[in-house]
Amino acid sequence: MSDKKNNWPLWEVFIRSRQGLGHKHVGSLHAADAEMAIGNARDVYTRRQEGVSIWVIPSDAITASAPEDSEALYDPANDKIYRHPTFYVLPDEVNHM
Amino acid sequence: MNATHEKLREEFDAYVAEDKKIEPKDWMPDGYRKTLIRQISQHAHSEVVGMLPESNWITRAPSLQRKAILLAKVQDEAGHGLYLYSAAETLGVDRADLIADLLSGKARYSSIFNYPTLTWADMGAIGWLVDGAAIMNQVPLCRCSYGPYARAMTRVCREESFHQRQGYSIMMELMKGTEDQKAMAQDSLNRWWWPSLMMFGPSDKHSTHSSQNMKWNIKRFSNDELRQRMVDMTVPQAELIGLKIPDSDLKWNNETGHYDFGEIDWEEFNNVLSGNGPCNKERLEARNKAHDDGAWVREAASAYAEKKSKK
Ligand SMILES: [Fe+2]
Ligand SMILES: [Fe+2]
Repeated sequence: MSDKKNNWPLWEVFIRSRQGLGHKHVGSLHAADAEMAIGNARDVYTRRQEGVSIWVIPSDAITASAPEDSEALYDPANDKIYRHPTFYVLPDEVNHM
Repeated sequence: MNATHEKLREEFDAYVAEDKKIEPKDWMPDGYRKTLIRQISQHAHSEVVGMLPESNWITRAPSLQRKAILLAKVQDEAGHGLYLYSAAETLGVDRADLIADLLSGKARYSSIFNYPTLTWADMGAIGWLVDGAAIMNQVPLCRCSYGPYARAMTRVCREESFHQRQGYSIMMELMKGTEDQKAMAQDSLNRWWWPSLMMFGPSDKHSTHSSQNMKWNIKRFSNDELRQRMVDMTVPQAELIGLKIPDSDLKWNNETGHYDFGEIDWEEFNNVLSGNGPCNKERLEARNKAHDDGAWVREAASAYAEKKSKK
């Protein structure tokens, strides 16, 4: 947000493409405030009926995990194959389980 | 370059070579970052400046429908500029700085937009050939190694196909018209054909960035390969509606399965690139004027947002 250049804050845009689906990140844009961010998002990301609902979130309000932490965060799940249904071999007679 | 840096670099190259994607927070070599910033911002500038030659005809479109179509296309190009500036910003640059470089003339944009749009047929030729060449260049970029760029290009490509089709349909309609209209379409093709082929950049013999960008999966096909594809695709489209490609060396080559075509005027290419094209000055002046004239709107919006946040 460098005021000197009159650069409006950056917003991340999330669009729900249709009822029943979650909002998905589609990109970002600059706008002076939330209302303008919604207006701009509408103009830029939904010109062809790509959405029925828009979220805008100030980019600097997002906390993201760091790529360096991915081992600590995601590796522990690697060896827990018993969390998946395919781990359990059952007789063919048992249908629909 | 120290040992850890060297190792990171090797890991990066190997990772990219497997056709995997890089995301903004991942480690990347400086050269990769710089190349992407340069390419993505130039691309964004091209979308923005590209609106100028076409907006020239919005008020003079021959029908209300054509006017609505052209308006929608030009609006798309503004959106493309925005997607691309956003992608560039994920690399740690500030959009305001990129735009300042465009306005000062420091940054480049596609040379094609330095040619004038003299007749309505030029809206046809631009959509058909210029957007056509852009699609040819951009489709491989949807698989580029840098995630945000690839995603932006996917959006862009989805929208571009309407641009090309509406252009060709303008040409088609003119070629069904009076002798004057046919002549207008032909004249437009004559003027836009060579500049469109120049859009693929210098010949492979002289292209400086190509090989590293190929290794990094920023580029998938060479300039000459894509140019050849463009020729092969476009010649039959021209013939179909009775247009003649302005190249006396153009002929089908049975052995190669491609069209042979004449040599591009590289002197003209370099001349336009270095700022001496027919409209370089005019385009930059128009951009600067639009930017300056819009300053009060940006300031007012900022002031309003500030006032509201204090309530
Ligand atoms: Fe575009
Ligand atoms: Fe386009």
